[in-house]
Amino acid sequence: MSARADLLLGEPADRSNWTVRLRTRLQHTVPPGQALPDRQPVYVSSWIYVFGVLTLAAFVVILVTGGVLAIGGAAWWHTSGFGHFVNSLHLWSVELFFAFMVIHLWGKYWMAAWRGKRALTWMTGVVAFLGSIGTAFTGYLSQSNFDSQWIAGQAKDGLNAVGIGAYFNVLNPGQMLLWHVVLLPFVIGVLIVLHVILVRRHGVVPPIDAAEE
Amino acid sequence: MHWGVIQISVTNLVIIGVMLVLFVLALVLPFPGAHGDDTPKSPR
Repeated sequence: MSARADLLLGEPADRSNWTVRLRTRLQHTVPPGQALPDRQPVYVSSWIYVFGVLTLAAFVVILVTGGVLAIGGAAWWHTSGFGHFVNSLHLWSVELFFAFMVIHLWGKYWMAAWRGKRALTWMTGVVAFLGSIGTAFTGYLSQSNFDSQWIAGQAKDGLNAVGIGAYFNVLNPGQMLLWHVVLLPFVIGVLIVLHVILVRRHGVVPPIDAAEE
Repeated sequence: MHWGVIQISVTNLVIIGVMLVLFVLALVLPFPGAHGDDTPKSPR
């Protein structure tokens, strides 16, 4: 608890209060000046540092268009003009999401972005990438058309061969839709929040020949 | 398109090519507002 906060409340913070402990933990994890900085090191002035936030922007469009599709339902997105439009927005924002994320990955790989205690930042990105592939896969299975039926028919053999077909049944459209709209987006969302918090906590990785600022 | 065990559609190959071009451009194109070493030096 800061001295200023003590002054405002008139007495020292009560450490037995879980709100105080959580606030102290949050302030320790990302100090206020690091959470939303208005200045960055000079090496950040490069287009290669833009692809992370482009990925994030595409993710927001995916969530919004996915929410609209969930409100309308399959019959709506297959039969109405606006439904087709939102369905296409959802697909193309996913295409951009993956393209931006892979270019972001290339950039971070070649600058060895796990340097300087940033291993957890790297690993949350890796797991979010793998989870995104699963989310896209269940999305293709949730189209409710002959394409999704064909993909499910092809995928079932591979998933049965590795022994998870009984628990993750691609021939069950209800199960695939719920994985796609609830479980996987929740996991990806939490991982992305953690990833961004870690970037803010440790700062943007400098180029290999530059000193930390 | 098909070479041995590698099989890829022209569409996907073009998309990967565009991504590689974007990656290279992001490395070489100057960022607006960036201040590099090109500031004018004082005459000697």
